[in-house]
Amino acid sequence: MNSSVSNQKFRCVCDILDRYEHKSSALIPILQAIQEVYGYLPEDIMTYISTALKISPSRIYGVATFFTHFTLTPKGLHVIKICDGTACHVNRSGEILEAVMKHLNLSDKKRTTDDGIFTLETVACLGACGLAPVIVVDEKAHGQMTPDTAVALIEAIRESDREQEATA
Amino acid sequence: MERFSITIDQCQVPYEGEKNLLEVIRKANIDLPTFCYHSEISVYGACRLCMVEVEGQGTVPACSTPVREGMVVHTNTKRLRKMRKIIIELMLASHNQSCTTCDTSNDCRLQAIAKQLGVREVRFKQKKEFAPVDTTSDAIVRDPSKCVLCGDCVRVCNEIQSVGVLDFADRGADARVVACYDKGMGEIECVNCGQCVKVCPVGALTIKSEIDRVFEAIDDTSKTVVVQIAPATRVAIGEQFGLDSGQITTGQMITALRMVGFDKVFDTAYGADVTVIEEGSEFLKRYRENRDLPQFTSCCPAWVKFAEQYCPDVLSLLSSCRSPQQMFGSLAKDQLSDTLGIPREDIVVVSVMPCTAKKFEARRPEFAVDGNPDVDFVLTTRELTRMIQEVGIDFSKLSPGSFDMPFGFNTGAGVIFGASGGVSEAVLRYAASALGENGDQTFTQLRGSEGTRVTEIEIGGATLRLAVVSGLANARRLIDRIRSGDAHYDLIEVMACPGGCVNGGGQPVSKTRDTVYRRSQGLYNNDRMLQLHVSDENPYLQKMYSDRLDETRAHHLLHTTYQNRKRVALDDVLLSDSDPENTVELNFCFGTSCYVRGAQKLYNNVLKAIEEEGIGEFCAIRASFCGERCKNGPVLTVNNEVIDHCTEEKAMDAIHKILARKKPAQRV
Repeated sequence: MNSSVSNQKFRCVCDILDRYEHKSSALIPILQAIQEVYGYLPEDIMTYISTALKISPSRIYGVATFFTHFTLTPKGLHVIKICDGTACHVNRSGEILEAVMKHLNLSDKKRTTDDGIFTLETVACLGACGLAPVIVVDEKAHGQMTPDTAVALIEAIRESDREQEATA
Repeated sequence: MERFSITIDQCQVPYEGEKNLLEVIRKANIDLPTFCYHSEISVYGACRLCMVEVEGQGTVPACSTPVREGMVVHTNTKRLRKMRKIIIELMLASHNQSCTTCDTSNDCRLQAIAKQLGVREVRFKQKKEFAPVDTTSDAIVRDPSKCVLCGDCVRVCNEIQSVGVLDFADRGADARVVACYDKGMGEIECVNCGQCVKVCPVGALTIKSEIDRVFEAIDDTSKTVVVQIAPATRVAIGEQFGLDSGQITTGQMITALRMVGFDKVFDTAYGADVTVIEEGSEFLKRYRENRDLPQFTSCCPAWVKFAEQYCPDVLSLLSSCRSPQQMFGSLAKDQLSDTLGIPREDIVVVSVMPCTAKKFEARRPEFAVDGNPDVDFVLTTRELTRMIQEVGIDFSKLSPGSFDMPFGFNTGAGVIFGASGGVSEAVLRYAASALGENGDQTFTQLRGSEGTRVTEIEIGGATLRLAVVSGLANARRLIDRIRSGDAHYDLIEVMACPGGCVNGGGQPVSKTRDTVYRRSQGLYNNDRMLQLHVSDENPYLQKMYSDRLDETRAHHLLHTTYQNRKRVALDDVLLSDSDPENTVELNFCFGTSCYVRGAQKLYNNVLKAIEEEGIGEFCAIRASFCGERCKNGPVLTVNNEVIDHCTEEKAMDAIHKILARKKPAQRV
């Protein structure tokens, strides 16, 4: 673990709280900002937020589990979002989801690969229905996917990671 | 005067000041079923059972609909009846229907409403998989498979107690009630008051039973099993056997306990009398010396845990007295082992309490001698009821028995402990008598049902400022006012449950709104019927003090200390590491109290100083979330040295000292 990064992160938490003046009404933006720093919401940081905002840890946990945007476990290096909105669904996004799950050995409950490289999410609509079915990997959208092209895409990402590592 | 009225099912019903339509409908003697409506907590509108048709408004939930002049309301239409049945069917489909073995069987609202509405079949598929039962707490068992998501426990914990250990997590079909981070009830900040158990309409929150272990002790012939009964239980247990609330059933309880198999039956009111003397003299001493005021009472274990978690600054103001239950346990084991000639290990002390937090209190490690607890088992009123039923005793027909001596002699002062205000009144009677006045007085100013009562009383030429609070949210508000300097008192009585122990988490579920009031009246009536009303007149107690208790011994057996307590069990987090050979380990506490006292600023300043000096590589930095030294915050631990009230200067001094010691080694 790169240690000083972690220390910087905690200072970020302090800065975030200062920025929102420790107001309980700003809980959601605070949690969003913290998730940006850590990639997820760690329990101890939520407890600290609860102390700082005078909200019970249970309520914060409730908010954090209510919104699918928040995650309580560390996410993988790459986040794959498969759209299952109406347009994507009728264009067989379900089959893509199944293929990717099988390929990465994931399930409904297990969303991140053991090596911590990929996290799989489904979203209700990305607003790119013209390209259905759509997959977004790390902010980049890929349209008109099939189960085969989706698996190929994942393998391509793995390959490019390997190359980058080799050059580094 | 103009009269306002609305039409409910073709009848004119007058109204004045009712909070919502449901209250008016119930006033009209129509029993609309609800799960989530309780007049003392906020309106939530979750269960949808109180749906009514209002002309011009459509179908609305009565609990969250304000009353309007001239409303025309229908509560009994084909559509509504059908709707209510479907709601119950849906609830039953996702409810673990192991009713015959459920702790709440017969007290269950779901069972009762299903019967009331004539639900004969469930047409939906039964949910089969449920989350496991949580048994981590000493006091409360949570079974998610029974939960109907009414949110009563969530609101009572938040609004009445301001603790908030339970809340909803996830959403939609996945929504559930959980403690934070899905931890067990025993690993979080729950104060064990049991008010959630009282409001839970089903068996999702129940009392952790110790019945089997008590029977086991009774059946063990090598053990002498003694039992103490708390004041508040004697005016409530009768309700479970068809008697009126508030009816004094001390005699029947004693007979029943003997029949169940207890060897000796004693009274917690005796322990309460000892508490009055100890707490009263402690108060008079503090008052004369004008220090550590206001004195907070310490009888209520839920309040004590609350204070340990959230109010480290008032811990030194808490009376050091143990609660009556613990005073009794400590005295009983100490004295009975002498007088009966039985070793301590063979005496089993059982308490019958109106309270779930007493189970937690009995297990506190400080209340044990060489691992043998002063109180072995705690039964709540509801558990004792079940034991009496199991043995098959017809409680209401029993002829009354009398307590064993010496711990069975009580005064009225000890008995009124069970009602909010009772402890203060008992202490005042003692104080009056100790100051040469007549102690046999009633202080009606201290009685009542309001959550916070404040009064001034003159005794012995001094004016005492008193506050009596029940409900921990009221306590929190009062403490905030004291902290800000807006309020000044000499003595503050805090009880966690609204109305005091008579409304404890282990008591029978209140059937009507005046139940709690009638139980308190029962205790005050009991006080009037007894010959003695001031604790220090108790002859057995006087004898005990003169024969067995000198000051040191009394202090040893009857007093305790309090510890700061962290809210949630969590590990420290490592923020930055360093070269292990040359490490100065800094551990910043970020618990509630240290946070309030500026831990964040300290952390930022120290880190800045470390960066400026370029010694970051020697420092490993950790954050912990409560080191339980709250009143000395902010606290920083540098290697093994704990620095209380830490400042940037103190921190940097300590770091420099360690680095200076290490430098020569580095050169080698």
